[in-house]
Amino acid sequence: MKLEAQEVVKTFGKSTALSGATFATDADASVVALLGPSGGGKSTLLRILGSLLVPESGVILQDGTALPRDPEGALRTLRHNGFVFQGYNLFPHLTALQNVVLPLQAVHGLTRERARARAHDWLERLGLADHLHKRPAELSGGQQQRAAIARALAPEPKLLLLDEPTSALDPVMTGEVLEVIRGLAEAGQQIVLATHEISFARQVANWVIFLAAGRVEESCRAASFFQEPASALARQYVAGLSKYR
Amino acid sequence: MTTAAISTIRRAAWILVLWTAVCLLLYATFAAVHYPWNWMGAWGYRTQFMWGWLTTLGISICAMLFSIAVGFLLMCGRRFPSEPVHLLASGIVEVLRGSPLLVQLLVGYYIIANALQVNSPLLVGTVLLGCFHGAYLAEVFRGAVESIGASQREAARAVGFDALQTYRYVIIPQAVRRALPGTTGQLVSLIKDSSLLSVIGIEELVQKVRILNSSSYTALEGYLPLAVAYLLMTLPLSWWARRLERRFAYET
Repeated sequence: MKLEAQEVVKTFGKSTALSGATFATDADASVVALLGPSGGGKSTLLRILGSLLVPESGVILQDGTALPRDPEGALRTLRHNGFVFQGYNLFPHLTALQNVVLPLQAVHGLTRERARARAHDWLERLGLADHLHKRPAELSGGQQQRAAIARALAPEPKLLLLDEPTSALDPVMTGEVLEVIRGLAEAGQQIVLATHEISFARQVANWVIFLAAGRVEESCRAASFFQEPASALARQYVAGLSKYR
Repeated sequence: MTTAAISTIRRAAWILVLWTAVCLLLYATFAAVHYPWNWMGAWGYRTQFMWGWLTTLGISICAMLFSIAVGFLLMCGRRFPSEPVHLLASGIVEVLRGSPLLVQLLVGYYIIANALQVNSPLLVGTVLLGCFHGAYLAEVFRGAVESIGASQREAARAVGFDALQTYRYVIIPQAVRRALPGTTGQLVSLIKDSSLLSVIGIEELVQKVRILNSSSYTALEGYLPLAVAYLLMTLPLSWWARRLERRFAYET
């Protein structure tokens, strides 16, 4: 999928998250990694790319089509996307199964039986067959995040957007979740991933967008980015992260 | 013996001890003042007493349901984006909460209901009682709704819910649990406040007991059963609310 941004600006009150972000990926960019220091605008850009937020100005294009800016259009577009967040954000009053079933029924119009069957299927595929009827508080962090991934994937989204999906997890659980994401990427799922897991991005991503201070510093093929980042900031960032891993 | 059984027995034993202590204390107090009991005089008015109790029960149940609806509407009003709606709802909450129920009943019945030509004190009293407590409930509900964090709202939007679905599937189910303890307390107050409805001529339980006491020259013989009669309404409510709380219990 070709993703494009032109002069995208997004502010929250007095703070500016994105100050004129511009980039364009190639048409065959299937796994796009958003890299960069914290507070650089990764999460904001990810939400805008998925229509969860609408920018103040600027245009986002998916395969040449501009994303709608009106609330209803944005909601319609975002229903084709799946989101996974840093803090899992499952609904605590529902079981893992209900978390996946509810959007399928209420948003995507599946019958109860079909929704349950599909949710069952996804949770099983992500290794949660024994935990279908547990509430989020009864699951480990890694299990919660895998349930959240199942919830995002069950409606078969065009684009899966993951916002630092492993930042709240210990190394073992991080491994579990990264394994799932790698499997999805290999199966051809379109992915946008904001992450600090630089070595994972190196293995899985085929396009990198490097953001710092609300601007796109670099947007290029992953291979060339990891070989030699063009901007000094990116070089520093990669060197800093690679030092201890 | 299992630990559960032991803890049940220990609990029962404590309840027995505390009950005995309270009863002895009460007995000693009454014995000290040499109160001349006249239960026979009060017994003659038992049918009247029953009618009063049923009136209070009926008014309370209707006013409770009404107050929950009022509270919900006012809460929605206070959270509505449009400024006039928000201001109106906030104003209603402040006036209803800030002024005495007694004044609201008198003005509501003798002025407003009169002007609207509504002559049923039962209807007017129930509505006014529901409005008064609805204003408090609006704030209980608002607190509960606003305590649902931004990340839950974002997650709701991320799975594609519109504003209404977000309330229906995510916010309200979680808010109900947080609002339950405060709501129960408010509804217990409502039951007791129904006694004020006597000022607009409704012969509810307290008024019946006043009549009973003055005709049979008694006092405590009316008031002690009165307290028990109120507990018969408030305790089941608290018990039911605790059960609901347990049903909604989950870790967050």
